[in-house]
Amino acid sequence: MKDALALYGATLDSRLLLGTARYPSPAVLTQAIRAAKTQIVTVSLRREAGGSRAGESFWALIRESGARVLPNTAGCRTVKEAVTTAQMAREVFATDWIKLEVIGDEDTLQPDVFGLLEAARILVQQGFCVFPYMTEDLVVAEKLLDAGCRALMPWAAPIGSGRGINNLFGLRALRAHFPQTPLIVDAGLGAPSHAAAVMELGYDAVLLNTAVSRAGDPVAMARAFALGVEAGRAAFLAKPMTPRDLAQPSTSVIGRAFDEGVA
Amino acid sequence: MRIRVNGLERDVAARTLELLLAELGYEDQLVATALNRNFVRSKDRIETPLREGDAVEIVAPKQGG
Repeated sequence: MKDALALYGATLDSRLLLGTARYPSPAVLTQAIRAAKTQIVTVSLRREAGGSRAGESFWALIRESGARVLPNTAGCRTVKEAVTTAQMAREVFATDWIKLEVIGDEDTLQPDVFGLLEAARILVQQGFCVFPYMTEDLVVAEKLLDAGCRALMPWAAPIGSGRGINNLFGLRALRAHFPQTPLIVDAGLGAPSHAAAVMELGYDAVLLNTAVSRAGDPVAMARAFALGVEAGRAAFLAKPMTPRDLAQPSTSVIGRAFDEGVA
Repeated sequence: MRIRVNGLERDVAARTLELLLAELGYEDQLVATALNRNFVRSKDRIETPLREGDAVEIVAPKQGG
C-alpha cells in the first residue's frame, strides 16, 4: 500500500477520519462516508429507551459502510465517566479503539489534560488503543506517549467552531517534536483549505465532523475535504519551497529584450 | 424498589440488572450498562443485584464526532 497510514497496527489508505453526527439524514451520512473515502468513522454511546431500535439501525448502517469505528467518550467530564464510557463502548462496538475526551471547559470544550492523562493511563493498562483528544501542549503529548498512547489528536480550534488552525506555531512544534508519532488533527476545521494546511504541516490525518455534516451539501463537502487532505498530503511529501521575504523572478532575467550593453 | 434509570427515578420490580432490562423492554436490544457509574459486562448482568437507590445507565450506539 503506497503512503499508508498506520494506526495501532491497522493500515489505512485514507487520511480523513469522519464524524457521524448532525447529518440531515442517515442516507446523507452514508453518501458522505462514501464521498470522503474515509476508512474510520467516529461513533458514540447515548442513553436509549427500551424498545427503541434507533441505536441498532445506526450501527447497522455504519457496519454496512465497511468503515472501522472509533468510539468516543464525548461529553465526559471526569476520569470515571470517561473510563466507564470507554468500557461500555468496547463491548458495544467490539473494538479496543477509543477516542478519549475528558472535557474541562464548557465554552471551548477544551480537554481537561490532567483528567485525560489519568484516564489514558487507566485505559492503556486495560488494553485500549487510546486516541487522546488534546491541546497542542508538548508536555502533555510527552506524558500521553509515556502513558502508552501510540497516536495523538491535538485540536486545531474548539470543536464545531470551523475556525481552522488556531495556533500554527504550536501545531508545527508538536509535529517537529514527535516526528514518528501518528498525529491527527481533531476538531476546529471548517474548510478543505484548513485540512490541506494541516496536512502540509506533516500531520498524518485529520478528523472532522461539523464542517461536513453542517455544510449546505454534506456529500459534496465530504468529497472536497477528501481532495483537500489528499492535496495537503501530496504537497507535504513533495517538500514545499521555503518562503522568502523578497521577490525572486521565476523567469530568467538574462537575455531580456531591451537591455542595454549586454548581449 | 426505587432506583434511577438513565437519570430518572423509577419504581421497578426487577432484582437484577438482567431482569431490569427485560422489565423495561430492552430484551435483546444492543445496549451497554453501568451500575453506580461502574461498567457491568453483558454476561455479568444476570448476577448483578439491584438495591434501593441504585443508579443504572443503559446506552446504545449513537452518531458521534
